[in-house]
Amino acid sequence: MDWGSILSNTASWLISPETIAYALAALGLAVHFGYGGLLNFGMAAFMALGAYGYAISILTFGLPWWAGIIVGCLASVVFALILGIPTLRLRADYLAITTIAAAEIVRLLFTTQVFDSVTNSADGLGNYHAGFRAANPFPEGTYGFGPWTYNENGWWVRIFGICLLAVAALLVWLLMRSPWGRVLKGIREDEDAVRALGKNVFAYKMQALMVGGVFGALGGVVFALPSAVVPSVYVTSLTFFIWTILLLGGAATVFGPLLGAVIFWVIMGFLSNVLPALASSGFLPFMSTTQAATLRYILVGLALMLIVIFRPQGILGNKKELTFVK
Amino acid sequence: MSLTHSAHAPRHKRTLLLFLGFLFAALVLQSVSATSARADEVGTEYDFYFAGNVKYDSEPLEGVTISVDGNGYEAEVDTAADGKWKIGVPEKGTYTVTLDEETLPKGVIVAEGSASVEAEIKLTSSKIVNYFLGEGVRVTTSFWDQLAERLVNGLNFGLLLALAAVGASLVFGTTGLSNFAHGEMVTFGAVMAYVFANVLHWPLWGALVAAVIMSALFGFTLDTALWRPLRRKGIGIVQVMIVSIGLSLLIRYIFLYFIGGGTYQLPGAGEARITLFGTVALSVTDMVSMAVSVVVLLAVAWWLLRTRTGKATRAISDNPSLAAASGIDVDRVIRIVWILAAALAGLAGILWAYFRPGIKWDMGTQILLLVFGAIVLGGLGTAFGALIGAIIVGLLVEVSTLWIPSDIKYVGALVVLIAVLLVKPQGLLGRKERIG
Amino acid sequence: MSSSNAAPLKPVKSTGLHIGDAAPGVAKVDPIIIADNVTRQFGGLKAVDVEHLEIPRNAITALIGPNGAGKTTLFNLLTGFDKPDTGTWVFDGKQLNGVPAFKVARMGQVRTFQLTKALGLLTVLENMKLGSQKQKGEGIFASLIKPLWNKQEEEIEERALDILARFKLDTKKDDFAASLSGGQRKLLEMARALMSQPKLVMLDEPMAGVNPALTQSLLEHILDLKVQGMSVLFVEHDMQMVRHIADWVVVMAEGRVVAEGPPEDVMQNPAVIDAYLGSHQDVDLGVVTGRIAGEITSEVEDLLEEIDAETGVEHEIEQPPVVAPEKDEDSK
Ligand SMILES: Nc1ncnc2c1ncn2[C@@H]1O[C@H](COP(=O)(O)OP(=O)(O)OP(=O)(O)O)[C@@H](O)[C@H]1O
Ligand SMILES: [Mg+2]
Repeated sequence: MDWGSILSNTASWLISPETIAYALAALGLAVHFGYGGLLNFGMAAFMALGAYGYAISILTFGLPWWAGIIVGCLASVVFALILGIPTLRLRADYLAITTIAAAEIVRLLFTTQVFDSVTNSADGLGNYHAGFRAANPFPEGTYGFGPWTYNENGWWVRIFGICLLAVAALLVWLLMRSPWGRVLKGIREDEDAVRALGKNVFAYKMQALMVGGVFGALGGVVFALPSAVVPSVYVTSLTFFIWTILLLGGAATVFGPLLGAVIFWVIMGFLSNVLPALASSGFLPFMSTTQAATLRYILVGLALMLIVIFRPQGILGNKKELTFVK
Repeated sequence: MSLTHSAHAPRHKRTLLLFLGFLFAALVLQSVSATSARADEVGTEYDFYFAGNVKYDSEPLEGVTISVDGNGYEAEVDTAADGKWKIGVPEKGTYTVTLDEETLPKGVIVAEGSASVEAEIKLTSSKIVNYFLGEGVRVTTSFWDQLAERLVNGLNFGLLLALAAVGASLVFGTTGLSNFAHGEMVTFGAVMAYVFANVLHWPLWGALVAAVIMSALFGFTLDTALWRPLRRKGIGIVQVMIVSIGLSLLIRYIFLYFIGGGTYQLPGAGEARITLFGTVALSVTDMVSMAVSVVVLLAVAWWLLRTRTGKATRAISDNPSLAAASGIDVDRVIRIVWILAAALAGLAGILWAYFRPGIKWDMGTQILLLVFGAIVLGGLGTAFGALIGAIIVGLLVEVSTLWIPSDIKYVGALVVLIAVLLVKPQGLLGRKERIG
Repeated sequence: MSSSNAAPLKPVKSTGLHIGDAAPGVAKVDPIIIADNVTRQFGGLKAVDVEHLEIPRNAITALIGPNGAGKTTLFNLLTGFDKPDTGTWVFDGKQLNGVPAFKVARMGQVRTFQLTKALGLLTVLENMKLGSQKQKGEGIFASLIKPLWNKQEEEIEERALDILARFKLDTKKDDFAASLSGGQRKLLEMARALMSQPKLVMLDEPMAGVNPALTQSLLEHILDLKVQGMSVLFVEHDMQMVRHIADWVVVMAEGRVVAEGPPEDVMQNPAVIDAYLGSHQDVDLGVVTGRIAGEITSEVEDLLEEIDAETGVEHEIEQPPVVAPEKDEDSK
């Protein structure tokens, strides 16, 4: 058991691209659910559209990397429109089921052989990094300190992601302190009441769905930036992990999703190092190393249940301002 | 059991475009240009290539699809007006070169040898592959035969879906919960069957019955340990729904923990099929499976319509507080509903294990959305609606493979689900809520 | 204002509202709503079937009728929350059928709900501010730049505090609406509706569940609305109050308007006594006003009859299983 390397690996998750990506997506979900009461169970699709939009723009259309990001965001806006028009007028539980169904449709279409020439089906896409890396302002080399030592590309992805996250968090904060945010929160409580006060509820929900969807797409982009786009990532479990993060941090808060993402990944990172290490050094009898790695997902499920039952407002949420109203 | 007929490529494309129109404009444009205006040469950047000339009666044939597959590389071209084609490949080696007979004119087939040939680039940098075409009739199943076959398969699938959907719908009706862990209750039945039949080597029938009983116990345990305390706590419905998501993750990964990521077969899976009529062939398991589904569904219907508890269940679905006020023990009825739903889901899991075929840790999750689709289609919370919805979904999934590739056969059902919500938000048999 | 009005007030009744005999569908001198042939069917039940109805402007009109008469359904139809099977209606000179609810509200016809819809997790003040119309900061882009809407926000706050003071809710302004009592929520909902400066206020059972002391002040508020030039249409089951404040009474039964007229006359009408007063005078108001959740359809009744009461079982009516059948803001 090498505790030094376990702790260092764990600490490095603090600012990993995955953490940033999940935080962005969770922030989008906060706009959807925490503030708007929209039960979006299709966050994985928004992320997939961001990631694929980015990769396909570069690989197939030869667009520059920043245009790829814009295409990813536009794709998620279009998706929000298509998804929202039929479903936003429906009851909350219908929205949940349709969003999860739509997300599966998106994933299946990215996975199928039919569009192999563009999506490379189940194998996914890679090798779209040149443009982004060429724009890297950091000099070549490996630097940093302690567990946070990366090469210039590692830093560029992280800093870029953190900037996106900061802008997104600022936007959410500005929106939610404004009358726009007030209407959205009102809709979360009771949309008929808000409608009776002359607000176009549908338009607000649609706007919220788009704003949150764009954050999700940006999360997808950040997820794709350092590595590859593989369709099997964007399954419903991904959506549920984002939900876990959101509820862990606090659904109707700006910093909850960020905190939630950090805690989620640091714990996951820690367990993924420590459990197999414990198993292989015989501390966990009756357990193979693969089983030990599976154990952490079991714990995620358990954690999600416990949070929702015992602390539904999350870590940062106000006890009085529970988001579960209905 | 799902037979893949590799034919009908052109029709696939058209239907797919429709679906895509729904989804994402950018990708649609791309795929249209990729499929319709395909070049007669691809992979020209590589050093090695296959090429050929497709002629029939010394007339060149245009638009015949040739594909190359091998060494982790795949490519496809349509022949040019002069019948020529060329596919570049990244490295030397053996590739499978296939001519898609569907794209040949009517009455023309590959006369000598196969439409799929193994070709090797060894010493030279290129290889010419030509086919000898001749007059002939391709042996294909007629559309109606295929349709009949799919309908029967779809019915089988729909019936097993119905078992799961009716249970989930009863749960929804009485508690208001969209139970995301229902898929795991399906898997549970299959895993239990595996434990009893394959691990403990019980005789098959005993094992299956034991699996269903274990499922019922599972439902009882979940209700006692989780759902009932949550009801007592008066927790909101959205919260309970998310708890069910957590539970779903928990149980699913527990399955993965114990049985790993592989697929296991129950005894008797994949046995020979008996031709019934036309091309419709079913194995004994299929027939038994359908019969069991029908009998169980009828029994549930009888229970709902004729027994006191069944009637109470419907009364609670209609109006919970009124039912409680009129002296029904709501809690007891809900517990019975959970037990019943779990048993039905477990049975559905066993049948699903035969239908897929195979037992896998996430097999239930694969059909969870179809179950939800069935419930929404039939109107949330009405058990008979869920039954009809499930059969429609089952038929739709199987029949749609006549037009769309089987790797996206669930897409059709899911699109229809969304479309139904668009046209008739309260489902086929549901009714509207009141405002104010 | 009314809050300074200590002595029990004697409302000034508006008279001469109608033209000709006070029969169902009688024409008004200055109608604010004219509805024609409005029907709404639920399955086999014709919940609303109004041939012709005019609501007078700048007057207080009471809409009464037994439970299930179709009053709430008519409200839903007139405000765009539900779609009629047939019918047209004009509000303040504008054709309104087919217009979505939020646009109806913007035109100056606001409503409250029979089951109160306070926005529980917003503070009382936020609830009030939400009622104000044409806010610049409610546009998604403008909302990002505070200077664009800051000034208007301050004006709105001032107006909100003013109205809250009149409704004696100003001390509660920073509390979550969920923490208010049932009666206070009724007040808040009405106050919030006034924030939009409506022409016609439609109140669905504003007095239900409000204690007698508060009732008095609610009545004053309603009378005050008329003084300020608004028109009021309200549903009420308490005849005492209807008689006290209404200038005009419309009686519905089984979806139809069965009588119309000034309160004193309508109370004498045998059709009304038969359809409404006779059979329901002894019913407790609290039961009437919708605290029993949901509607009892005949189908359910049949079902329930078939099931004997399971004896010896305590059922928890206060804590229904998992689902709250109605959106209930009290579920804490
Ligand atoms: N959404 C609906 N679906 C089916 N029936 C409905 C619906 N809404 C109302 N009804 C029926 O229409 C009739 C009129 O209902 P409504 O709520 O308008 O009565 P009301 O006059 O407001 O009664 P109350 O005084 O009890 O509030 C009732 O019989 C009711 O059951
Ligand atoms: Mg009513």
